[in-house]
Amino acid sequence: MESLKYDLATTPLREVNQFLHGDASGLNGKHIEINNPNGAHNIAVGLKSEAKVTIHGHAGYYAAGMNQIADITIEGSVGSGVAENMMSGRVHVKGFASNAAGATANGGLLVIDGDAGLRCGISLKGADIVVGGSVGSFSAFMAQAGNMVVLGDAGEGLGDSIYEAHLFVRGKVKSLGADCEVKTMGPAERKTLVDLLEQSGHANVDPDSFTLYGSARTLYHFNVAKSGAY
Amino acid sequence: MSDTPNKIPQTEPQQSATFDRVTNSQIRRAAATGIYDIRGGGAKRKLPHFDDLLFLGASMSRYPLEGYREKCGTDVVLGTRFAKKPIHLKTPVTIAGMSFGALSAPAKEALGRGAGAVGTSTTTGDGGMTPEERGQSKILVYQYLPSRYGMNPDDLRKADAIELVVGQGAKPGGGGMLLGQKISARVAKMRCLPEGIDQRSACRHPDWTGPDDLEIKIAELREITDWEKPIYVKIGATRPYFDVALAVKAGADVIVLDGMQGGTAATQEVFIEHVGIPILAAIRPAVQSLQDLGMHRKVQLIVSGGIRNGADVAKALALGADAVAIGTAALIAIGDNDPELEEEYNKLGTTAGAYDDWHEGRDPAGITTQDPELMKRLDPVKAGHRLANYLTVMTMEAQVIARACGKSHLHNLEPEDLVALTIEASAMAKVPLAGTSWIPGVSQF
Repeated sequence: MESLKYDLATTPLREVNQFLHGDASGLNGKHIEINNPNGAHNIAVGLKSEAKVTIHGHAGYYAAGMNQIADITIEGSVGSGVAENMMSGRVHVKGFASNAAGATANGGLLVIDGDAGLRCGISLKGADIVVGGSVGSFSAFMAQAGNMVVLGDAGEGLGDSIYEAHLFVRGKVKSLGADCEVKTMGPAERKTLVDLLEQSGHANVDPDSFTLYGSARTLYHFNVAKSGAY
Repeated sequence: MSDTPNKIPQTEPQQSATFDRVTNSQIRRAAATGIYDIRGGGAKRKLPHFDDLLFLGASMSRYPLEGYREKCGTDVVLGTRFAKKPIHLKTPVTIAGMSFGALSAPAKEALGRGAGAVGTSTTTGDGGMTPEERGQSKILVYQYLPSRYGMNPDDLRKADAIELVVGQGAKPGGGGMLLGQKISARVAKMRCLPEGIDQRSACRHPDWTGPDDLEIKIAELREITDWEKPIYVKIGATRPYFDVALAVKAGADVIVLDGMQGGTAATQEVFIEHVGIPILAAIRPAVQSLQDLGMHRKVQLIVSGGIRNGADVAKALALGADAVAIGTAALIAIGDNDPELEEEYNKLGTTAGAYDDWHEGRDPAGITTQDPELMKRLDPVKAGHRLANYLTVMTMEAQVIARACGKSHLHNLEPEDLVALTIEASAMAKVPLAGTSWIPGVSQF
């Protein structure tokens, strides 16, 4: 695989992102390495090619935001909104992620090896998220579709006002949000979990050690009898 | 007058000003249902508005322009601060954000056709961009909303500008609402929701909180679109001086300021009528904020909420706006609340001009509906033509006033051209009470 290196200590981010937005045929199959990110925001946002990108270090907000197709690895930790609104492809954070990781993501796979902060998977719209550690409070708030796998614990208000997303949590859940409940894990959901564990490097983890959470669907229509829950 | 024994003169039955008929009906409705009233549109109560301002026109000390001969420019360029490709409009009257979902596909197409015919922009809404809308809109502004329904980077790149919505005038601090009747299969698919459910949009953006984060978010949108697109920030009118300053600090190219008369597809009646301020009260603080930062005319200001005619356009521009946006007026132009449909409005328990149950999806005009049969009633070509006519008239009316004030461009109108009819309007618009030099809070009577 042809490899290109950018050094953010000497090259403006604009130049790097402009290159990454180039013609997909010229980027497909290339490996772009970005050194000295030093927590810069908006690294490798808006990609739409089969490029492989490795960020050697920590990234700031919105790393790999709105990714399409590309395979992006962050060797360090990331700020808020990693892979926000991702459409497809794969984003792998080897460290920790701050708030709103994978927010509104429609497709693709986000893997976080460490913990994720508040609101992980908020308004999730179809993507898959696997968190090796724990997630903070209000994660999967209003999550509409997709899957979130948490190998550690979840904070308060998990899945508040959830729609049709599936939440697999292995550890403790501090509290569930409105309209989120424990669901029975059927064969289809179990297969989804097994596949995601395998794709995220956790193939040795027992899928039966997870609990599935989803929507009780009691808030799908306004109902005065449930006004306290809105 | 006879003094007939046993007959005591009766006073006329008097309705209470506090407990009037509408208020009483609201109490009865709440008592019967146990849930708040939801409706579309903007504030219906009487508010200080552009009608409370007058232009002085030219006379001894001012030199007017010939009405049909001398040039009076109407064009506006939006997004000159940072965007590589600013938007050039032939008229300062734009079409405000209204979603496919809240509106039918033919209605969105009509808006695109009408706006395109006169060289102005139209705007998407919650739920994303439809191919029809992109196809029919020569200049399309793509709203980036808290819900991110239908949001995808391909559409972001197809847009001519991006409008990051923080709030809207009808419900500052509130999220959108689309009830199950309008969540058709297509709307549900675009929003990634189950069909037929009552959809609640988020009131806050999911991945940023506060102006420091917003600055990074705007930078992300610029990076993704290679700094080509103008980025608007839309705010509901509440604390315009500070909100505008923060939007400028965050990097906005354009600020959209929406007063409480601005419409919504659906929200609680109490929200519409009791949260936010009228656009008349919001423009001067917003302009002052831009001026204090040295950014007036560098960051463009679009105002909306109750714009109806060329006089309103001229007054908004005279107070310092660069352009206006219309929503409700555009819907009326394409056929909403038309008296020709009176019988059908009566069947819905209302009357033409008052119909505001847009969320129920039974609009006989085929505009605020997803019912396939109802939406067939709206011919997007004819409706687009009506909108183009209306936009043309508004622009010409504004020119008439500007020429009368001796201005060769609508943007040359200024507060000095205006007076107020009421003390309230004088204080809000910071122009003198007519016949005096008094501006409450600014000068002595």
